[in-house]
Amino acid sequence: MESLIELKDIVKTYKVGSVEVHALRGVNLTIQPNEYISIMGPSGSGKSTLMNIIGCLDTPTSGRYELEDVPVHEMDDNQLAEIRNRKIGFVFQTFNLLPRANALHNVELPLIYSGVHATRRKALAEAAIEKVGLSDRKSHKPSELSGGQRQRVAIARALVNNPSLILADEPTGNLDSATGDEIMQVFKDLHAAGNTVVLITHEKEIAEQANRIVYIRDGNIADDVRI
Amino acid sequence: MTPFLIKLWENIKIAIRALVQSKMRTVLTTIGIIIGVLTVVSVASIIEGLNRGFANQIANLGSNALYVQKYPWASMEDFSKFRNRPNVILKEADFIRERMRLAEAVSPSTGTRQDIRSRGKTLNGISVNGVTNNYDVVTGLVIEEGRFFSFAEIERDKNNVVIGWEIKENLFENRNVLGEKIKIGTTNYTVIGVTEKRGNFLGQSLDAEVYVPLGTVFKNFGWHRSISIAVKVTDATRVDEARDELRFLMRLARKLKPTDEDNFSINQQDVLMDMYNKLTGGLYTAAIGIGTLSLLVGGIGIMNIMLVSVTERRKEIGIRMALGAKRKVITFQFIVESIIICGVGGVIAIILSYLVSIIISKITPFPSAVPAWSVFMGLGFSALIGLFFGIYPASKAARLNPIECLRYE
Ligand SMILES: Nc1ncnc2c1ncn2[C@@H]1O[C@H](COP(=O)(O)OP(=O)(O)OP(=O)(O)O)[C@@H](O)[C@H]1O
Ligand SMILES: [Mg+2]
Repeated sequence: MESLIELKDIVKTYKVGSVEVHALRGVNLTIQPNEYISIMGPSGSGKSTLMNIIGCLDTPTSGRYELEDVPVHEMDDNQLAEIRNRKIGFVFQTFNLLPRANALHNVELPLIYSGVHATRRKALAEAAIEKVGLSDRKSHKPSELSGGQRQRVAIARALVNNPSLILADEPTGNLDSATGDEIMQVFKDLHAAGNTVVLITHEKEIAEQANRIVYIRDGNIADDVRI
Repeated sequence: MTPFLIKLWENIKIAIRALVQSKMRTVLTTIGIIIGVLTVVSVASIIEGLNRGFANQIANLGSNALYVQKYPWASMEDFSKFRNRPNVILKEADFIRERMRLAEAVSPSTGTRQDIRSRGKTLNGISVNGVTNNYDVVTGLVIEEGRFFSFAEIERDKNNVVIGWEIKENLFENRNVLGEKIKIGTTNYTVIGVTEKRGNFLGQSLDAEVYVPLGTVFKNFGWHRSISIAVKVTDATRVDEARDELRFLMRLARKLKPTDEDNFSINQQDVLMDMYNKLTGGLYTAAIGIGTLSLLVGGIGIMNIMLVSVTERRKEIGIRMALGAKRKVITFQFIVESIIICGVGGVIAIILSYLVSIIISKITPFPSAVPAWSVFMGLGFSALIGLFFGIYPASKAARLNPIECLRYE
């Protein structure tokens, strides 16, 4: 396997009425396994659009996308769901936990959709919660957790299926700076443990914690810096 | 367990959890379905009750029996028209018995209502049937204790009586009754037999009747009364032929001219069966209409609630999709929710319909029974409703765009 992700001439155009919005205008990007990469750019530059395409939540209007040498751009809905389930771990700005389910159940969700047996599922979910240091809160509901703890649960959920890639869209956007730092430490640890992490942010200090920063402007990659 | 079964089971658990989490919504939706299924099953049980009572009763008349009577059992015409007809009399019964080739047995009978007394106890307005010795054979009456009348007893108009099971219960309890005396009207009769228990029909006991020789009724309660002549036909396949023969003989006995109308009626079980089938047929149609309508209303309720639920839970749907739930899994989750609501509604409705059935048979003269098929039909129907009205909301949920769902707050 050469690279984990290869994006070639990715174009994403939204049609709003008769107006065309060019969210991505031909992005070329290659990500190697175990990279820690930040994607930076001003609001509306296309960061989230790019992340949704990398995360297989969305498909490009044109261009090629290979994930672990598999052409993802040719896949149908079901195959994309399977890729999301097995290869991608999402962390969102707003956590996106199921409000009525406890932490453990939230973490188990991806395993449910891959059909893992209940006992094994519970063990894996507990291990993932352990990794983010929340073992004592596993039966709490999201409303009974602080923002930082919620984001840890979300990270545990992203980890639990042992994905090829962890994708985080402004994971500290809803947190104060101290809690944000804690969460960034979790990502650092995950990277150190061999995970590939793609982090989207518009804060320079956050972006600089990665090994590589990709700058996006107006749907194009403006700069690609290795630190 | 295979991954498929795990996913199936987990999806059912997810659906149940969602239903438990919004109890009020679930309960209200279920009520709609309960009402629909309850209507269908209750009406079915009333009809089934009628079938068990009425239809069996009619069947008891025998398909190969003809009854010559003053009045028809069912007629479109004004009944006052028949009042001027001559009474059917005993001589006509003898006339038929002597001449009719297709008759296996001819049994005249008549009836009156009288008070019955024994040892200080009185039963008011009991149906007294005047019969002949083959009445039991022709009508299928079964004797439990003692015996039915002999030919000689009938000939001599003996003051003997065969009593219904309930009369014995009320007057004698467990004591031996054979040979005891009871007073019907003003005359004493000797009990010679007790009929087998037959139960209720339209709120009336079939066991609170007594039977005495036909002539005794004339002798003790007056001669001016019309009788009914039951004719048992030898061959059930020749009933129509027998009917023609019977009509011919009656016209002959009454010396009617060819231009005269019949001044008697020949009644037959068919007429009642036809009337009954028409009545219940109408009832069935009405019931199916009402039931379908209320199930439809319930179903639309389900669909409405499910649609609201899909909109409310957009975020949840987006999360599940992002984590790898396929569209068909989302579809399945919502359909299962809808089927569970309806299924639970169906079960509750069937339990309630048993109660309704008990209440109906307690407070109305109609017998009522919940037929097994209506239970399955009710359950099947409600599950189908859940499926049918769940499909659209579920597929709407599955077609949502996960990115938009996740953006939704
Ligand atoms: N569903 C959509 N329909 C139409 N236009 C869209 C849609 N999604 C995004 N866009 C447009 O595409 C462009 C890129 O949006 P995107 O969300 O990727 O920006 P972003 O870099 O993530 O911004 P932010 O930092 O504010 O999150 C924007 O101009 C946006 O208006
Ligand atoms: Mg964004």
